[in-house]
Amino acid sequence: MNVSVLVSTFLAATIEVIEMVAIVVAVGVTRSWRAAALGAGAALVLLAVLIAALGTALQDVPLRPLRLVVGALLLPFGSQWLRKGILAVSRDGWATGSGEEHVDDDVPAGFDWKGFVLSFKGVSLEGLEVAVIVVAFGAASQAFGSAVIGAAASVVIVGAIGLASYRWVARIPRRALQLFVGSALVTFGTFWAGEGLEVGWPGGDVALVGLAAFYVGAALLLVRATSSWRRRIRPRLETGEPAPAGFGR
Amino acid sequence: MILWRWIRAFVLFWVDYVVGDDWTVAAVIGVALLATWGLVQEGISAWWLLPPAVVTAAAQSLRRTVRGGRR
Repeated sequence: MNVSVLVSTFLAATIEVIEMVAIVVAVGVTRSWRAAALGAGAALVLLAVLIAALGTALQDVPLRPLRLVVGALLLPFGSQWLRKGILAVSRDGWATGSGEEHVDDDVPAGFDWKGFVLSFKGVSLEGLEVAVIVVAFGAASQAFGSAVIGAAASVVIVGAIGLASYRWVARIPRRALQLFVGSALVTFGTFWAGEGLEVGWPGGDVALVGLAAFYVGAALLLVRATSSWRRRIRPRLETGEPAPAGFGR
Repeated sequence: MILWRWIRAFVLFWVDYVVGDDWTVAAVIGVALLATWGLVQEGISAWWLLPPAVVTAAAQSLRRTVRGGRR
């Protein structure tokens, strides 16, 4: 057992696994746990097939285009959620919606394919990055067993924390949750698309924290702005007066 | 016929997934991604471009939605 490889792989994989688990929990809490679990399961099956087929050649898989595609698809979808969350909070307030089954209005009665795709993309992209880390660390020091154990420990520990956080997350009022999950999806979408385009994020993965703070801050400001726009437009809608010049362009 | 219906449903799913109920947000994000790519090709660090573009797209969409009296 190579302890330094085990610890290094654990730490490197943990960053990716946190992103993976955050997406799955977000989809599960706000849309459908079934779709989130099946999406994650399908991604893990795909990863297992890829690992079995490619082995150490996984290191040569081009991650950059994959990150760009996943990020570019996640960005507009996350923006829709963020926008809906801001609209809902500005209309109904922060405390509305506790205990509702679903947050998003377009969650279908049947199987939630959008939730499935979200979960699948997040887990397959991050899982592939974990696999590449394992292969790279394992091959560099000829200690594949230690690298696999380090990555597996990361998945188990972070996954357990993610599952345990479900009850805490479920207590957040649903309208507010939609806004924060929208912020999280846009954060990951921006980060992955930027990585795909090689923008060079300041601080590397730590930029995720800055992006999250930026988007949550912007969302809070937009809630205030939207509430203000509602107050300005409501009396005019009731009296039939036109909106002030320049408003809403 | 069944294949055509399946392809149509598949395409509509992805259009709805990306575009949603306001196509301008997706359009602004698409332009911002292209602009970021262009700047990176010129050797300019462009990490700062996407976040404000996303927030600006959301803000103009929210303003238009409220003005239109939807929700």
